[in-house]
Amino acid sequence: MVGKTGERPSRDALASRLIQACFLVSLVVVWYLAATRWGVNRLLLPNPLAVYDNLLDILQSGEFIDDLNTTLGELAVAFAISVTCGLTLGYLISRSSYWIEVFDPLFAAIYSIPIILFLPLFVLFFGLGPPSKIALGASISFFPIVINTIAGFGHVDRLLVMAARSMGASNYHLFHHVLLPAALPVILTGLRMGFTTALLSIIGSETLASLAGLGHRIVHLAEAMEMARMFAYIVFVVAIAVTLNTIVSTLEARGRRN
Amino acid sequence: MVAAAPRRGFAGRVLMRRPWLARLIVITALFALWEIAARGFVDPLFLSPPSQVIASLDSVFGTRGVPAALQLTLFELTVAFVLAVAIGLVLGLAIGLQPLVRRSFFPIVLLLYGMPQVTILPLFILFFGIGAASKIAFGVTHGMFPVTVTVVAGVQNLKPILLIGARSMGASRWQIFRYVIFPHMVPSFFAGMRLGMSGVLLGVLLAELYVSIAGIGYFTTLFTQNFDPTKLLGLIGVLAVMAIVLNAVVRRAEAHFARWRTE
Repeated sequence: MVGKTGERPSRDALASRLIQACFLVSLVVVWYLAATRWGVNRLLLPNPLAVYDNLLDILQSGEFIDDLNTTLGELAVAFAISVTCGLTLGYLISRSSYWIEVFDPLFAAIYSIPIILFLPLFVLFFGLGPPSKIALGASISFFPIVINTIAGFGHVDRLLVMAARSMGASNYHLFHHVLLPAALPVILTGLRMGFTTALLSIIGSETLASLAGLGHRIVHLAEAMEMARMFAYIVFVVAIAVTLNTIVSTLEARGRRN
Repeated sequence: MVAAAPRRGFAGRVLMRRPWLARLIVITALFALWEIAARGFVDPLFLSPPSQVIASLDSVFGTRGVPAALQLTLFELTVAFVLAVAIGLVLGLAIGLQPLVRRSFFPIVLLLYGMPQVTILPLFILFFGIGAASKIAFGVTHGMFPVTVTVVAGVQNLKPILLIGARSMGASRWQIFRYVIFPHMVPSFFAGMRLGMSGVLLGVLLAELYVSIAGIGYFTTLFTQNFDPTKLLGLIGVLAVMAIVLNAVVRRAEAHFARWRTE
């Protein structure tokens, strides 16, 4: 049970770090034993050492660069589109409480649809190349951005706006000194969510139907039954995704503080 | 914010008072735009007008195997959701109730939650085959982490004095869970169920679209390859409505069970 309320930070932190390390190490050991001793099929679970060798090979040979460029390029374009559209539309709608009431439920309802459903349609429109991934990523990440922009700009304290107005603030001053600082934390959260979902959906759509990119590479290796190399690529992609998400979260936290 | 300037005229006043009417007009306008685009500007091989899609809905359901595929997908969603909630709840309680365990394993759960699981989709197919099992498994791994995270957060917010109070009055472990922990957990638990629902939807549909022999994914692929946008749009539309309804149901339940907080 919850019990103790007294915090003993340093010792407890050390203990939990130790537990985490033990957990991860035992995971790898179990994986190693399962692959080498317990006779789990090599096609299902490759030897972790082989995975490690493949990972080194991928990093040293630089064969990942083309796929990485494809994926990151798609991500950049998709995110740029959804940010531009989401911020603009969100700001325009947030200018009137009436439009907020009209559009907010609409966006919320569409947001609850798993837009990945429309991937076949996008593939039909845009083909198997990057455009269909960009379209999917942009339309998925548009919704968290626009919803949070509306929420951010739409719920600024009226008193602040009136006070600024009565002191003679121009539209620009009002936006720069009142609206933007008040709305920024919520908008940044929307941008972070949008980025994460864009990344996820682009890798996902590459996995489902594509000609290039990191997701495609993993599927290709799975079909070729090169399990060790596929695991290595999975580790690589997960590392990149975690790094990108961490960077974005850090930027969000920094933006909130300022 | 700044209210829109009041419009003159009867229609304007009616609209001002009923935002849902304006919403309906926006939706209708979008459909009209789609209709015009499909009839006049876009190759019918790629897009068909909504009137045609709606008119051909019964032919979608009449396609041999589609009702069974919808049923199978719904079955996969249900099983995956139940499993995800059960596993997430147990995991969340196991992690959340003891501070040391929470500090040790909660970061790992958060890390797993943030991982793009779609990268390991081919593994699920290898492990569980191309049938329903792999879809259910992939849905479960997408749905269980949001449930776990919210349950841990809900348990964490519990005031220790309530637990101490209950225990000092001689409550058993089960009674503490039933009358102290559970009611406190309910609002965040339902929020987690909503997030878990969208996770399960995402996971099952991803796996369906990746490879499918009998579910929805099989037919979306079939209609795409046959360049039959009418049926494809009809099927996607049905699934989208299904997703909206499922979400609304969980949202209602969430609002219903969170009531006691505000009363």
